[in-house]
Amino acid sequence: MISDNRRTFVKLTVVAFAMFGFGFALVPFYKKLCEETGLNNILQKSELPANTQVDNSRTLTLEFDGNLRNELPWKFRPTQTSVKVHPGQLVQITYEVRNESAESVKGQAIPSYGPQLAGNYFRKLDCFCFSTQELKPGEVRQMPVVFVIHPDLPKDVNTITLSYTFFRVEGPAKPSAAVAGVRGPV
Amino acid sequence: MEAVHGHDHSHDHHHPTGLTRWLMTTNHKDIGTLYLWFSFAMFITGGLLALGIRAELFKPGMQLWQPEFFNQLTTMHGLIMVFGAIMPAFVGFANWQIPLMIGASDMAFARMNNFSFWLLPPAAALLVTSFFVPGGATGAGWTLYAPLSVQQGMGMDLAIFAVHIMGASSIMGSINIITTILNMRAPGMTLMKMPLFVWTWLITAYLLIAVMPVLAGAVTMLLTDRHFDTHFFNAAGGGDPVLYQHVFWFFGHPEVYIMILPAFGIVSQVIPAFARKPLFGYASMVYATASIAILSFIVWAHHMFVVGMPAAGQLFFMYATMLIAVPTGVKVFNWVATMWKGSMTFETPMLFSVGFLFVFSMGGFTGLVCAITPIDIQIQDTYYVVAHFHYVLVAGSLFALFSGTYFWLPKWTGHMYDEKLGKLHFWCSMIFFNLTFFVMHFLGLAGMPRRVPDYATQFADFNMIASIGAFGFGLSQLIFLWCVIKCIKGGEKAPAKPWEGADSLEWTLPSPAPYHSFETPPIVK
Repeated sequence: MISDNRRTFVKLTVVAFAMFGFGFALVPFYKKLCEETGLNNILQKSELPANTQVDNSRTLTLEFDGNLRNELPWKFRPTQTSVKVHPGQLVQITYEVRNESAESVKGQAIPSYGPQLAGNYFRKLDCFCFSTQELKPGEVRQMPVVFVIHPDLPKDVNTITLSYTFFRVEGPAKPSAAVAGVRGPV
Repeated sequence: MEAVHGHDHSHDHHHPTGLTRWLMTTNHKDIGTLYLWFSFAMFITGGLLALGIRAELFKPGMQLWQPEFFNQLTTMHGLIMVFGAIMPAFVGFANWQIPLMIGASDMAFARMNNFSFWLLPPAAALLVTSFFVPGGATGAGWTLYAPLSVQQGMGMDLAIFAVHIMGASSIMGSINIITTILNMRAPGMTLMKMPLFVWTWLITAYLLIAVMPVLAGAVTMLLTDRHFDTHFFNAAGGGDPVLYQHVFWFFGHPEVYIMILPAFGIVSQVIPAFARKPLFGYASMVYATASIAILSFIVWAHHMFVVGMPAAGQLFFMYATMLIAVPTGVKVFNWVATMWKGSMTFETPMLFSVGFLFVFSMGGFTGLVCAITPIDIQIQDTYYVVAHFHYVLVAGSLFALFSGTYFWLPKWTGHMYDEKLGKLHFWCSMIFFNLTFFVMHFLGLAGMPRRVPDYATQFADFNMIASIGAFGFGLSQLIFLWCVIKCIKGGEKAPAKPWEGADSLEWTLPSPAPYHSFETPPIVK
C-alpha cells in the first residue's frame, strides 16, 4: 500500500506541475487561437462603412474664394480654387493663411454663399470659421473645412461659390458669441 | 510480528498533549479539528470585514471609510471567505470524515497532511497584515483583475504570496485525499459503495489539482508583471489585460464547484439519515457530480460576457452554462425524491440541509438568469450578481457546512449538541440570510453597482434592510460558536449512532471516535 500511495502521489504531483505549465501555455494558446479564428477582431470593422447617401447622378462644381477686411495684414487663399463633388459626399478642402505682420493678430472668418440659398444645404462638420484664429508673426496655417452638401439641394443649382472673409478681432476674443453670431446657415 | 505490533500499539496510544500535540500532529482527527477551527476564525474575520461593508452601505453618502479602504474590505472579504473559510472548512471535514467513512486508519500522507494545514496560518497572516502595510491591502477585488492588480501597492504582493501558499496547501491536501480514497478503502468498499461525501470530495480534489496550479500561474504572471518587467497583461508591452480574465476564470469557475460539490456530499449524507431512506439515485448522483465537474471547465467565459466577445463565443458559453443546470437539477430531484414518503424528522442537521435545498435552488435559478447573455450584460457587476453568489455560497456551502457540523458533532465530541440552540441558530441564520441577500436582487435589477461605497438615494431602503440582516446574520453565528463550545465541554452522552437513519462506517465507531480508529480495516459487504 505504501508503494501504491507513492505511485499515486508521484502521478498527481506530475499533474499539478503540468497544470502550472498549462496556465502559462494558455498565453500563446489564446494568442494563436484569436489570430487563427479572428475572435479578437471584434473592434475592427470587417469592411469600410459605405456612404449610401451619395447622389452619384449629380456633379456639382464648388468654387472657393478668400477675402480680407479691416486691413488685416494677412495673406488668405484657398489651396484649391474649385472641386467637383457629388451631393451627399464628404468633402474636405483647405485654406491657407499667412500673417505678414510683426505682431500676433486675431481674425474671425465669416462665410457667404453664392447662390445664397445654397448655404442652407451646407452641413459643415469642421471649419476654421467655428473659432477665432490667432496667428503669430509670420505664421502660416493650413485650415480645413469638412462638409457635406445635402442631396436636397435644388436641381437647378450646379455651381456653388463658398467665400470666406476674415475680419480683424480687437482685444480678447469672445469665441462663443462670435461663432454663434456669425455661423449663419451652417 | 506480534511483539512488534504490541510495541506499536502502546506507542500509538500515547496521547501527545499541549501545544506540540497540535503543532506536530499527524492524526487526521486532530488536523481536521485544526482546519475547522482555523476556518471558523477566518469566517469570523471575513464576516467582520463584511459588516464593515454593510455598515458603510447602511445609508447613502460616505460614512465610515475612505473609498480605497472600502475596496480593500470587499476584496479581502472575498479572498478570506473563499480561501480561508469555505475551502479549509471542507478540507477539515474531509480530514475528519473520509478515513472514518472508508474505513481507513488515517490519511495516506500524515506528515504532508500536517504541513498542508500549517501552511494556512502564515497565508492568513499575510492577508490580514496586508491591511497595515503602506497603501493597505489590495483593493482589486477578489478576482485580482489586471491591470488594477498590476498597479497596486505591496498589499497586492502579500495577497499574491498568500494565494500561492494557500494554493500549495490545497494541492497537497487534494493529493492526500485522492490517494487516501483510491488506495486505502476498507476491503469490499468498491468505488460505487463509497458514501457520497467521499465521492464528491474525490471529484473536488481532482478539480483542485487541475485548477489551483493555473491560479498559481495567473498570480505568478501578475507578480512578474509587477516586478520583473514582463508584459503578460500590459497592452503597452504587447500583453492583454483580458488574458488575465481568461486564465483566472479557467481556475475561477471550477473553483465555484470546488466550494459546492463537498456541500452536495454533506447534504447527501444528511438527508437520507433524517428521511430514514437510502439516497435516491445514488449512481446518478455520482454521474451528476462528475458531469458538473467536467462541464465546469468549458464555461469560464460566462463571467466575462461584457469584455467583448464574438456572438459565437457568447452563445457557446451561454448554452454550456445552462447545460450545468441539468446535472444540478438531477441532484435536487434526487434529494427531494429521497425525502418523498420518508419518515422525516427535523433535527438541526436536517433543518440546515432542507434550508440548503430551498435557498441553494434559488441561487441556482438566479445563476440561470445570469447565464443568459443579454440579461447578464444588463446585470453584470450589479448587486444581482452579489445576491446570486451569496445564495449559492452562503446558503449553499456554508449551510451545508453547518449541517455537517451538527450531524457529526456527536461523533467528534462524544456529546449531543444543544438541539434548542442549534434550531435557534438555524432559524436566525435563515431569516437574517434572506433579509440580507434577498433585497439585493431588487437592488441589482434596479442597477446598483457592486464594489461601490456610496449609492443613489433610491437604493437606501433596501440597503438599510440588507445591513440590518447582515448584522443579525453575524450575531447569529455567535449562537453557533456557543453551541459548539457547549457541546465540546459536555452534554448528553452521544451513542455510537445518534441518528437512526445514518448508515455509513463512522457510525460503527463509538462516540467520540477514538484517537486511532480502524487500525484493523472493517469488512464492507
